Amino acid sequence: MSQNKTCVVIGASHAGVNFAFALRKEGWEGDIILFDKDETTPYHRPPLSKKYLELEDSIHNNLLKPVESYKKNNITLALGKEVSRIDKAHKTITLSDGNSQNYDTLVLATGARAFVPPITGINAAKNIFTLRNANDVSGIREAFHASQDKKIVVIGGGYIGLETAASLKKLGAHVSVLEREERILARVTTPYLSAFFTNIHESNGVAICVNKGVTEITLEGEQNTVICADGTSYPADIIIVGVGIRVNTELASEIGLTINNGIEVDTSAKTSHSAIYAIGDCTFHYNKHYNRHVRLESVQNAVDQAKVAAANIVGKDTEYNALPWFWSDQYDIKLQIVGLSLGFDNSVIRKEGDKKFSIWYFKGDELLAVDSINNGKSYVLGTKFIKAGATIDKEKLKDPTSNLKEITKN
Amino acid sequence: MAKITFITKDNETITVEGDSGNVMQLAVNNSIEGIDGDCGGVCSCATCHVFVAEKDFEKVGEAGEIEADMLELEDNVSEFSRLCCQIQVSNAIDGIELTVAKED
Ligand SMILES: Cc1cc2nc3c(=O)[nH]c(=O)nc-3n(C[C@H](O)[C@H](O)[C@H](O)COP(=O)(O)OP(=O)(O)OC[C@H]3O[C@@H](n4cnc5c(N)ncnc54)[C@H](O)[C@@H]3O)c2cc1C
Ligand code: FES
Repeated sequence: MSQNKTCVVIGASHAGVNFAFALRKEGWEGDIILFDKDETTPYHRPPLSKKYLELEDSIHNNLLKPVESYKKNNITLALGKEVSRIDKAHKTITLSDGNSQNYDTLVLATGARAFVPPITGINAAKNIFTLRNANDVSGIREAFHASQDKKIVVIGGGYIGLETAASLKKLGAHVSVLEREERILARVTTPYLSAFFTNIHESNGVAICVNKGVTEITLEGEQNTVICADGTSYPADIIIVGVGIRVNTELASEIGLTINNGIEVDTSAKTSHSAIYAIGDCTFHYNKHYNRHVRLESVQNAVDQAKVAAANIVGKDTEYNALPWFWSDQYDIKLQIVGLSLGFDNSVIRKEGDKKFSIWYFKGDELLAVDSINNGKSYVLGTKFIKAGATIDKEKLKDPTSNLKEITKN
Repeated sequence: MAKITFITKDNETITVEGDSGNVMQLAVNNSIEGIDGDCGGVCSCATCHVFVAEKDFEKVGEAGEIEADMLELEDNVSEFSRLCCQIQVSNAIDGIELTVAKED
């Protein structure tokens, strides 16, 4: 059956690597070849802005799988190899070094790259970094140790920018976060949580500056100055750009696959071409629970979609039907999110302590999502309630002395 | 140096040695079937669930607050359940036996 077949995977990160091991486990007997332009053995990305940065950890403590396990599972890891073209008529891919490889099944796990906004002077700036891969962190570390004053400006107050700010602060830097919107995390959460995180950062000595659209970066000697639309300016030895991502859809769009905010796939993770699947951050996929298409940037989605694609490729009909979850760690704060809050029209805050609470998002009476701060119980029960479609007694929920297990109606 | 024995779902018994990091990392590095460690060891995914042998539970100790809550995501928790990313490898746990919880 699959003995003489070859499965080629483009991208060896959370999605690609989990897919390769899942495919082997599903009984695929043919070749599995993972290509990635990154030269490092595949590693966990979430720690890059958190513990890995803060503790100056080694990447070897953060590998997705140990090096030997690829060989043991007969998975070929082709690192430092960039795929430059797909020929779907001949079922081959071409690498930027000119070599090519044929496939029977192709899996796109190309993820996303950090977006670099077109700010005047950004290309000439010194010690400026995005944060998407291990190399970025190496650059940040080197610049950090070489810098005397350790004045760091983070452009963008999203999760990655804020986590990076927290980690660098703990390392002893002076950090300012410049956010274009009127609050940090504006795209992903509610004003209440934005205010909470602003407070946490400020009490840890990180300056959170909002309504700061960066228009220009100037360089004098070694010193950058970041200039905002309102005329304010911030000196910076190091600049971290964390303003979001661009999905790596180029290879897919060149061969005419349907692109729609990401590579469009069906519930089996198949693209608009039958021999080509796509998984992880690069996909625009249907979420059954919320009855709409979404693009997610999360380990959960990468891992779960990888398993679904592997099962379908060996002929086991499997539908992607996962409830999204996500986390972020900053200082002593653990944020855990389950579900997607987009479209909520009312919410309930359950406050169990200054740094322990949860926000429950509803559309009418339907529970859509829960944000938990240092509160595993809310996260876990929220997960169960959303999955069960439970109706919540909001008065009981609001009361922090009530037993969370007893807040459902009927 | 601590010796730790894992018993997997296929009833394979694998003893490994470690002296640093956490038990999830040790398991992943030794390709222990059923320990995925998807969140990298920050108590966010519950894919590193083990049952500590009763005789060893005192050595390992109780789960912390968030960990205990996270364990409730699992259907098959017992009083000896732990998320092994929250157990540090050290001499203190030398000789313990852990049964991998994942069923698939
Ligand atoms: C700093 C940081 C912190 C994060 N924190 C969290 C968190 O706390 N929780 C959470 O759930 N998620 C977090 N994420 C998101 C999570 O890491 C991603 O969702 C996950 O990495 C997606 O995996 P992926 O395999 O789909 O894509 P990616 O990880 O983006 O991997 C894609 C791979 O494809 C390769 N590639 C692309 N094009 C080509 C080509 N043409 N040829 C060869 N190789 C190619 C790239 O080099 C890359 O290695 C974080 C991400 C970052 C960067
Ligand atoms: S590795 Fe995720 S909870 Fe232990």
